[in-house]
Amino acid sequence: MKRLFPILAALTAILLGYSFYQAMFVAPTDQMQGDVYRIIYYHVPSAWTAFVFFLTNFIASVVYLIRRNPKADAVAVAAAEIGVVFCTVVLVTGPLWARPVWGIWWTWDVRLTSTLVLWLIYVSYLVLRRFSSGGQTPVLAAALAVFGALDVPLVYFSIWFFRTQHPQPVVGGGGSIDPRMLHVWMLNWAAFLCFGGLVFWQRYRLEVMQQEVEETQALEALLDVGSTG
Amino acid sequence: MNRPSKITWVTLAKDIRLEWRSKDSINAMLFFALLVVVIFSFSFDPTAEESRRIAGGLVWVAFLFAAVVALNQTWARELRNQVLDAYRVSPAPPNALFLAKVFGNFIFVGVLELLMTPLFIMFYKLRALGPAWELLPVAALGTWALVVNGTFFAAISLRTRSREIMLPLLLFPISIPALLAMVNGTASILTGEDPAKFWIVLLATYDVVFTIACLFLFETVLQAE
Repeated sequence: MKRLFPILAALTAILLGYSFYQAMFVAPTDQMQGDVYRIIYYHVPSAWTAFVFFLTNFIASVVYLIRRNPKADAVAVAAAEIGVVFCTVVLVTGPLWARPVWGIWWTWDVRLTSTLVLWLIYVSYLVLRRFSSGGQTPVLAAALAVFGALDVPLVYFSIWFFRTQHPQPVVGGGGSIDPRMLHVWMLNWAAFLCFGGLVFWQRYRLEVMQQEVEETQALEALLDVGSTG
Repeated sequence: MNRPSKITWVTLAKDIRLEWRSKDSINAMLFFALLVVVIFSFSFDPTAEESRRIAGGLVWVAFLFAAVVALNQTWARELRNQVLDAYRVSPAPPNALFLAKVFGNFIFVGVLELLMTPLFIMFYKLRALGPAWELLPVAALGTWALVVNGTFFAAISLRTRSREIMLPLLLFPISIPALLAMVNGTASILTGEDPAKFWIVLLATYDVVFTIACLFLFETVLQAE
């Protein structure tokens, strides 16, 4: 396991470098937007990656609520933290692109607002984990994750009622995209997923070790009480 | 006699009696909401036309902030003398307790809204151009939306350090769709430009979804160790 990590890290670095080269130099320039469009190679794959991790967090939270398995909680923490990082990338690159193309930094559109609310919910999830102590943290956090998952569709529908400004999804939404662009998109997504997965793996291991340390400490404290009292 | 409903009723009666004697939450909420009304009013000094557009937002933000005061009191009150621990070990169904707290908060926030509405009308020169009776379902469903999740998250934030700050941090992100529906529903009734029906339906959906979720998960949160 320990030897596997540097190999995977090196492969991920190569993939990230290659996909950067593809996105910046190989992918054709957009006819309407010029080079500024290239930010979508970071924006969209980050969004997909963030959603993958948020979904992982939700599933792990439900599993934790049913099974009370500490490993599921470790998955949930790691996924939430990495999801928030990728979601932050989405929220930063979006306005950078929107300013030259739409002429505005931000608008209360369906996808923008849903993503922002999702980000807010998961930041509050991390704050809750930080501020609660002891063995109850996983349960409280898992309950919040379920609430968050229920909330997002409601946010989506409530804003969907208004006119939406965000470009329609070009993949699976009936739009058309140059196959070379799609190729670079998928390449970037694969690279981000590998990178996210790698960080996730390490974070998960760290969390499991943390749990073991806490368990040992609690056990030692019990033994101390037993021997003195 | 149906037992859970009796537990709900007894707890609710106890909370109302406590509040009636101390008037802690309601006084704090009223004064807080009054401050918000006054400060916004002289910061913006809107005309009648403008205030129709912004009043929905102001009213509900004021009520949301004020409601947090009452919600923070909900469970903190039970910490004294380990009352909450007694609930935990008692065979009483947790949801009966939860519902009593929700009804109690609903009544407190409802009283606040009844008392504050005349002031809003006065300060912001409000007159509804749409069907005014629709404000009633918007207010009732909106208050329930805030209170049901607020009571649940107050039970969560009770377990954290600096719990008074934790509650809004957890409650506000989840409440965004409800708040949006309340604000837009109220604004469309006041301006009379759009029908408010969509927002009322959205609020009702939100209420049903989250009431079920709260009842489903409250026992887990109460017993979390």
